[in-house]
Amino acid sequence: MSTRVIEVTDLTKKFGNFTAVDHITFDVEEGEIFGFLGANGAGKTTAMQMLCGISMPTAGAGTVAGYDIIRENELIKRNIGYMSQKFSLYEDLRVWENIRLFGGIYGLTDKVIATKTDALLERLNFREERNTMVKYLPLGWKQKLAFSVAIFHEPKIVFLDEPTGGVDPAMRRQFWEMIYEAADQGITVFVTTHYMDEAEYCNRVSIMVDGRIDALDTPAELRRQFNADSMDEVFRQLARKAKRGD
Amino acid sequence: MKQFIAFIKKEFRHIMRDNRTLLIILGMPVVEILLFGFAINMEVQDIRVAFYDPTPDAFTTGITERVKQNSYFTYRGDMHSMDDMEESMRKGELDLAVVFQQNFQENLVHSGEAAIQLLSNSSDPNRGSIAVTYATAIIAGFQQEQTELMQIPFQIQAENRMIYNPLMKSSYMFVPGIMGLVLMIICTIMTSVSIVREKERGTMEVLLASPLKQGTMIFAKTIPYMVISFIDFVIILLLSYFILGVPVNGSLLLLFLVAILYITLTLSYGLTVSTLVDKQVNAVIFSAITAMIPVLMLSGMIFPVDNMPQALQAFSAIVPARWFIEAVRKVMIQGLGITMIWKEVLIMFGMTLFLLGVTIAKTKKRLE
Repeated sequence: MSTRVIEVTDLTKKFGNFTAVDHITFDVEEGEIFGFLGANGAGKTTAMQMLCGISMPTAGAGTVAGYDIIRENELIKRNIGYMSQKFSLYEDLRVWENIRLFGGIYGLTDKVIATKTDALLERLNFREERNTMVKYLPLGWKQKLAFSVAIFHEPKIVFLDEPTGGVDPAMRRQFWEMIYEAADQGITVFVTTHYMDEAEYCNRVSIMVDGRIDALDTPAELRRQFNADSMDEVFRQLARKAKRGD
Repeated sequence: MKQFIAFIKKEFRHIMRDNRTLLIILGMPVVEILLFGFAINMEVQDIRVAFYDPTPDAFTTGITERVKQNSYFTYRGDMHSMDDMEESMRKGELDLAVVFQQNFQENLVHSGEAAIQLLSNSSDPNRGSIAVTYATAIIAGFQQEQTELMQIPFQIQAENRMIYNPLMKSSYMFVPGIMGLVLMIICTIMTSVSIVREKERGTMEVLLASPLKQGTMIFAKTIPYMVISFIDFVIILLLSYFILGVPVNGSLLLLFLVAILYITLTLSYGLTVSTLVDKQVNAVIFSAITAMIPVLMLSGMIFPVDNMPQALQAFSAIVPARWFIEAVRKVMIQGLGITMIWKEVLIMFGMTLFLLGVTIAKTKKRLE
């Protein structure tokens, strides 16, 4: 245990005069479920995009899955999964076509894709929907499928950007069960959310305010530090200091 | 390679499942050819003509008969006075009136000069001037015949001949134009929209976070549109050959090569557009304004480039379709070979390189 899969120091991103991410330093351990919290506009998505090698940091350094985020972003991409805030599958493709496309993009062979597709559909109870166009699936199902596709190639880390936005609580529970299953398989989960009850499910959480990380610890420890009953209260105490909002 | 093929399949599926787009892509060339071929007829036909001949003789009858026989003219009778003539003209019953001088033959024989007045209804200036041109050509032809018969030496006559398009068929002009337009619409608008759509829907982020190389993605996106535009090109060629009777006088192979070059050029432009805008709507508007309107107005598809003011002529030089249309006219209608179109080919090739360069320079390796 205790291998660090994400390690960053003073990671910064500026857009002109605006500092979206302001010298953040943290690390994430293998197999951990790491909650990345913050109000809208706090810089969560930008920070996550830098970790995924999509966005170039203005300053700072770090490694993800053992690769340098500035020089080796192409190698990082092979070892991570990514589920974006907007819906990340193709609506006009069938369920199996989406799986096959992303399997192909990540370089899996046809045989592996076929076996894994069957297993995946079986596990999700999706066998009936194999040929359904994704746009006809209910939102909760789409998100479960999008998550399964993001970890289809068995990445070391999966980045989830507000994966449960707009989904009802029952569906969110099911979604978190899937996250736990992935973590049990050794996949590190890096997840942003603004549902504070979800923060309780994480091993550790960081809370971003105005581009900085203002708190980082286990949910229990944070509640103790801030003398609060729930993560919601912790978050509100911190968010009150925020100067920029949405 | 596997990624590449997986991606091409995906793109084909997007196109095949979007019935409306598919209908536009495959229906557009058919509709345009039929529309331009039959509805929008730019030829002048059925020119209604009347004659006023106060003193009929061999010469005036000869000219009158020749005009009557010509299929572009419809004979509307002889007039008996200038007043009658003016009256009919005013009522809009005539397009052209031919008035002979009194004692036409006598004057011609004695003084070597005789006058014919051609009055045209130029409320439609195009129709009016074409009617006069046709009539002048017929008179010149008659005059030449007479000169030969009389065997007067050293008589030099101007000769009018419509080469390449003796029937003055406008389909010869617009078929290359429609090719230029349809390929531009499909390659530029469709390609840019399909890339921008991924940005808008958020799937681009997922692709960027995947090991898929951006170059592979962009190249894979252009393949289906290349195939479709080539199919469209063949559809237009078949329709214009079999329905409109436009010949392919030059090498078919050369024509295909010119088309492939132009398709590559317009695809490159579509890619350039996709790097400049972020919304599908903007992609459509931007491509429509910068690609479609210049093709319609400035490429020579409808309005001849030579008739434009200098400034617009200069501007039309940067419209890719202008060079494509010129090259297609030369190969298809005039039957010329590669040696006569090297200029157009080089210009299109240069434009392609330039646009690809801009695209590569502007393509973001990572999100801003």
